[in-house]
This record gives sequence, structure tokens and C-alpha cells, in this order.
Amino acid sequence: MASYSTNEFRGGLKVMLDGDPCAIVENEFVKPGKGQAFNRVKLKNLKTGRIWERTFKSGESIEAADVLDTSMQYLYNDGEYWHFMDPVTFEQQQADARAVGDAAQWLREQDTCVVTLYNGVPLGVAPPNHVELAITETDPGVRGDTATGGTKPATLATGAVVKVPLFLEQGEVIRVDTRTGEYLGRARD
Amino acid sequence: MAEDLPLDSICRRADLYRQLRAYFAAQGVLEVEVPLLGRAGGTDLQIALMEVVAAGGDERLYLQPSPELFMKRLLAAGSGPIFYLGKCFRGGEQGGRHNPEFSMLEWYRPGFCLERLMADVAALMQRLVPGLAMASRPYAELFAEHCGVDPHRCSDAELDALVAERTRYRGQLNRDAALSLLFAELVEPHLGAGGFFVVDYPAGQAAMAQLVERDGVAVAERFEFYLEGVELANGYLELTDAAEQRARFQADNRERRARGLAEMPVDEKFLAALEAGLPACAGVALGVDRLLGLLREGGAADIADDLLFAWDRL
Repeated sequence: MASYSTNEFRGGLKVMLDGDPCAIVENEFVKPGKGQAFNRVKLKNLKTGRIWERTFKSGESIEAADVLDTSMQYLYNDGEYWHFMDPVTFEQQQADARAVGDAAQWLREQDTCVVTLYNGVPLGVAPPNHVELAITETDPGVRGDTATGGTKPATLATGAVVKVPLFLEQGEVIRVDTRTGEYLGRARD
Repeated sequence: MAEDLPLDSICRRADLYRQLRAYFAAQGVLEVEVPLLGRAGGTDLQIALMEVVAAGGDERLYLQPSPELFMKRLLAAGSGPIFYLGKCFRGGEQGGRHNPEFSMLEWYRPGFCLERLMADVAALMQRLVPGLAMASRPYAELFAEHCGVDPHRCSDAELDALVAERTRYRGQLNRDAALSLLFAELVEPHLGAGGFFVVDYPAGQAAMAQLVERDGVAVAERFEFYLEGVELANGYLELTDAAEQRARFQADNRERRARGLAEMPVDEKFLAALEAGLPACAGVALGVDRLLGLLREGGAADIADDLLFAWDRL
């Protein structure tokens, strides 16, 4: 198995720590006085999403994780699994609820997502940063009120609930930032 | 698109260099140039020398990690007080406060004791930062205050327990590595504002400093100077005993063998200079790029802010 030395540590590098695949978030080189150098590292456990902090002696190596981010098209949900397809090889993968997590509320069929594979099995799913979804349920629009900045909850086609301006109506298609859940505007068509 | 380089650092560096040179001129300390390449570069286990292989591959030279070996040969030859302001190289040292190629200010004062050299550092810093407050405390006192043990007398097991409980390192560290980590993680964050000297380092961290006995334990005649909590300069009462120096080089190489690291050539011309007689002197090395950062309003976020062509911009 490949391994990485501390001087190869970079943000995004995938490594194994205590048996779990992790991504390096931050790497700080520390060298006190004339002494031993260390790397203070922040890692995200890709299974739990938790941030771990760990210190390594500079020059130490840790095992690389067999983790691969691939662009895949979301196909459908069969009630238990979410199915994705590699648009080049047509190979399909099924991800369980733990792997899909919060991404589930943004997944629209045909959209391209980033599926993180660990030892060939989906470990996580990241929806597109921006999605366009129809409002399926919201209070009736308040005509002419485009300036006061008030908001109301709206349920979208995929089940996500976001805050939208008061003037929007059921059936309108809006753009949302999936990382923050923030309303960005009406979809341009 | 024009390259985004920290051009504002050009004038700030020029201004700092003028002030440094003016200080040493007034003190009668001469500026010297020494080679960047040497046939040896010291044996220190914590320094990864960068090698240069001459065309043809039959000659191997080392970019100097400090001007120390050449400067001490000058001192032994009778140069009198000298300073160097120029580049040094240390492989693999890259981070928010490190760049593998960096600028060092190093100076030697024949006849000075460590206290007098500290006063010299303080005078220089107060010239750069008028009104800068200064303080000084022994390593052991700071260590006891923040880690709860005496670093000179506690057992290895006590240090191991501290590493396991209070740091995020998992695994085995030797005594000096454990002390380094604990000092960096638990003591340094409390060194606070102004100028701060840490003195009387553990004997295992002596490098090229003399040892002295204080309260029944051997400590290194060495100080670290911190500015605003950032380690900036490292001063020694210089080891002048050639036999002891040779023994330290050999011990380093034995430890290198034990750890599977390459042994480093011992600088025989440097040892010959010590044998001929290095005058009693104190010397200090100061990181100039870090100093530039600290002189910025609010301090620099990253050493790369004060390097036109930092490592990632090469």
C-alpha cells in the first residue's frame, strides 16, 4: 500500500488514520528551537465527517487511503439505495443512507454529483454546488413585496426546505447553494 | 495577468537591512560574506542539508544551513566581531513560519558572555521597535509552570504521560523530542507580548553551546529570543573545545546511523580552527524573514507574505 511522508501532506490528501479514511484539511509545520520538527495536522474523518487533530514527527509516513472522488450521474432512489452511474464507463454504484447523508435533500435525477469511493464503495456524496429546483409548497406570494427582505419557508421538489423571499410562488424554479442552503435567485431559463 | 507578488516587502526589507547595518556599524561589528556552498554543513539531526551535485557528479557540496562554520573559522583566524546578513538553506522546512531558503542575520561577539549578548539583542530589537518590553525566564521554570514537571529531573515515563495526555501526538518520542513538543504545545503559547528570552536549555538541546552546571544540573548556555510569542533568534555561548565539538559531531553521526539517516561529513577545517583556538565568544542567529513579518502592523499571517519568491512561487 502506498504511503505519504509528512512533507507530502497537502490539503485534500487522503490517508488512513486509526483504520478510517481521512482527508487532510490543514497541515502546519512546527519546529521548536533546535529540536525535533513536527507537523500539526487537521484531518476530516470521511466516514463520520468529524474533524480530528493529530501531531506527527516530521518525516513520519502514514498509509494512503484508497479513496477516489468521481463525477457520477444520479439515477434514482429505490427506497433503500441511491443509484449513481459513471457517465463514461456506465458502471453503476449504489450508496446507502449513511453515504448519501444530507446530500439526499438536493439530489435530482440526472444531476452530476461527486461520489467518493473508498475501496470501490461509495463513502460520501456531494451534490452540485448550485441546483435548480421547483417550489412544491410555500405560502401564497405577497405581490409587489420585493424590497422588504422578509422570507418564508419553501419546500422544494427534492424535499429540501429553504428560506425564500415573500414574493415567490409555488411552481417557480429557484437556484440554491447546496453548501449553505441559501436561496440565490430565480432560475434563468 | 500580472503576477501577484508581495511587492510591498521590497521597501520594508531594504529599510530593515539599512537599520541592521547601521546598528552593527555603530557597534564596530564588520559585515562578512561567507560561501553558500561548503564541503560539510554540520551533522545536526534536526537539519536536512540540501545537496548540490556539480556537473559530472563527482563533487558533492552542501548549501549551508547557517554561516556558523565559516564564521567561526574567521573568528579563529582573528577577524574580531563579525555579522552575516544573507541566505541559508534547510531542506523540508516549509510552513507558515519556515521557507527552505531563508535570510539569516548571524553575529558573533568575541569576549561577550551570554548575558551581554542578550543585552545586545535587546538593544537591537529596541532600536527596531522603540519601547519594546523585555523579559527573561529559565526554560525549567516555564516548563514547570505550564507542564507541571521539572524538565531536567523528571523521568522519561512522566514525559511520555504528558505527551499522551496533553498533546495530539500518538507514539513514542525520545526525551528531547518529547521536551520539544511539550514546550511548543504547552509553553510557547503563553510567552506572550513583547520581547522574551528563554534561558538555560536542557543539555540535550545544546547544539554548539557550552554546558554549565546550575543548581546541580547541566544546562546549555543558550537562549531563544521570542518576539510577540514567535521564536526569532537563538544565541549561544559558543563551544570552543575542539575535542568536545568532535565528540558531538561523532555522537550525531552515531545517532544518524542508528536511525537509518545518512551520516554527514565532519568539517575538519572547522575542527582545525577550533584546535588552533576560537576566542571565547557568544553568537546569535536571527530569522530575518520572520522579523519582517513581526514588524508589520498586526504581524504577518505567513512568512510567504515577506518573501518575493516563496517556495510555492518558485
